[in-house]
Amino acid sequence: MPEPTFLDSTELVLNMGPQHPATHGVLRVILKLDGERIRGTECVIGYLHRGVEKIGENRTYQMFAPYVDRMDYVSAVSNGLGYCLAVEKLLSLEVPERAQVVRVILTELNRIASHLVWLGTHALDIGAITPVFYTFREREAILDIYEKFCGARMTTHAFRIGGLQYELYEGFEEEVKRFCKMFVTKVDEYEELLTGNRIWIGRLTNVGVLTAEDCKAFGVTGPMLRASGVKWDLRKAQPYSGYEKYDFEIPTRQNGDTYDRYIVRVQEMRQAVRIIQQAVEVIPAGPIMGKAPKVIKPPVGEVYVSIEAPKGELGYFLVSDGSTQPYRVRVRPPSFVNLQAVDKMARGGLVADMVAIIGTIDIILGEVDR
Amino acid sequence: MAEEPKAAGKPASAPGKPAAVMAVVPWEGDLPRLLHEKFGDQILEFSTYLGQEFLVAKPEAAVPILEFLKSDAQFDYLVDVTAVDYLSRTERFDVVYVLYSFARNQRIRIKIRIPDGFKPRTATGVHPTANWLEREVYDMFGIEFADHPDMRRILLPEEWQGYPLRKETPITQQDQRWVKENLGIESAQ
Repeated sequence: MPEPTFLDSTELVLNMGPQHPATHGVLRVILKLDGERIRGTECVIGYLHRGVEKIGENRTYQMFAPYVDRMDYVSAVSNGLGYCLAVEKLLSLEVPERAQVVRVILTELNRIASHLVWLGTHALDIGAITPVFYTFREREAILDIYEKFCGARMTTHAFRIGGLQYELYEGFEEEVKRFCKMFVTKVDEYEELLTGNRIWIGRLTNVGVLTAEDCKAFGVTGPMLRASGVKWDLRKAQPYSGYEKYDFEIPTRQNGDTYDRYIVRVQEMRQAVRIIQQAVEVIPAGPIMGKAPKVIKPPVGEVYVSIEAPKGELGYFLVSDGSTQPYRVRVRPPSFVNLQAVDKMARGGLVADMVAIIGTIDIILGEVDR
Repeated sequence: MAEEPKAAGKPASAPGKPAAVMAVVPWEGDLPRLLHEKFGDQILEFSTYLGQEFLVAKPEAAVPILEFLKSDAQFDYLVDVTAVDYLSRTERFDVVYVLYSFARNQRIRIKIRIPDGFKPRTATGVHPTANWLEREVYDMFGIEFADHPDMRRILLPEEWQGYPLRKETPITQQDQRWVKENLGIESAQ
């Protein structure tokens, strides 16, 4: 260590987190600063590591399903869908039409709920206090639907391998339709507060820029990739659960900065409403459970199945040895992979933008650490 | 993406006992042909299982294949790097690379089989995203990647002893010493 002198220009190392409210959980970032400029970052993660993959190897296929909800705990329904699809693929199991449509509705509601948590907290980080009250109010309506459907609000375990556990409750369709109608006007409200707001634009434009090439190099997916101009969404590229039947757009933007990621996520909420509105009209009658065996023993083999989770590509790599427990469960978490790009985004920027950059990645540490 | 399994009348799950080996179907087409021309016997197997394509290569060939697929076949997105521990096998670990091509809308897997202690070359030079993914494999399985710029643990504490996802590690095992020293308790269970 050189002797510190007056007007010294040596690097300053600043520790941020893990107990920092703007890191959305327990993320620790070590910032190397030159004055106000960030010269490098290092993420220290793992504070929420629970060994989810190891747990998976020690539980039966059904027993592991509730655990996946606890990874990205604000989009538990999406996690569950990905896992169920992976096991169904291993079993070559057909899921009844009715269950598929309901799955799409609940998963898209979940996308909205996840984006609402992101929007509220991200705005709060930047210094806009109001949106968080609005977004959590609307999220509450979604959680109420979940609660009536399966009894749980956050870690729902809404789906089962092969279909659904529960029939829809009386008045589900009306409640979802009512929500959609109400919610579109609420998105307008958020946009009124933020989209044209000069402070909002000033804080977000040209902050944390990622080009399309950067995104591909770092494996960044989801809204972050689309904000960089890549029109790619697994729901369109490799549709699952009947997404090909619904008419919706993939919102994209060109600059790949924090503001564009905001626009993309807001547009995605509108598109999610479109999907839900179409799906709720066509819920067919019929069984909700496919021919899933009581004891799930998939043949020896391995599959990788991924879905477009609210945060990006969520993949499950399952290896079966023919027994009732998976031989290996690998979760490819979007948050973990997207977080790796934080150094690229922050380097050369201002330390004051760090909070905006962490917020715009939309990380959930429960999923980063698993 | 028309890779329906071609072998008719051979469903993967025969009634009664499940098959002891993976019921794979050969993977044919332009891409395997191209790879075979380029790499020859470096690639041991081209297969599909349930319509998902994968190849098994010799350990040294993994990174050259990744490089070639990126430059010549537009596989520009490394989705995941992970490992599977087959304790009873001589070549104990499978290291699995999941690749995707935006242009072709195709997903494939590359697998290598390595013995304990073998250090596969890092893929960070081809796909920067491999950095954290390989660190996680190292953290969980103890597979070190040669020439990796930052081969440290990522989720577990730096001083932690043991590799949790190895099959000989029971689920309740922990680094007692670390827990005692750092948390001041007897057991975290």
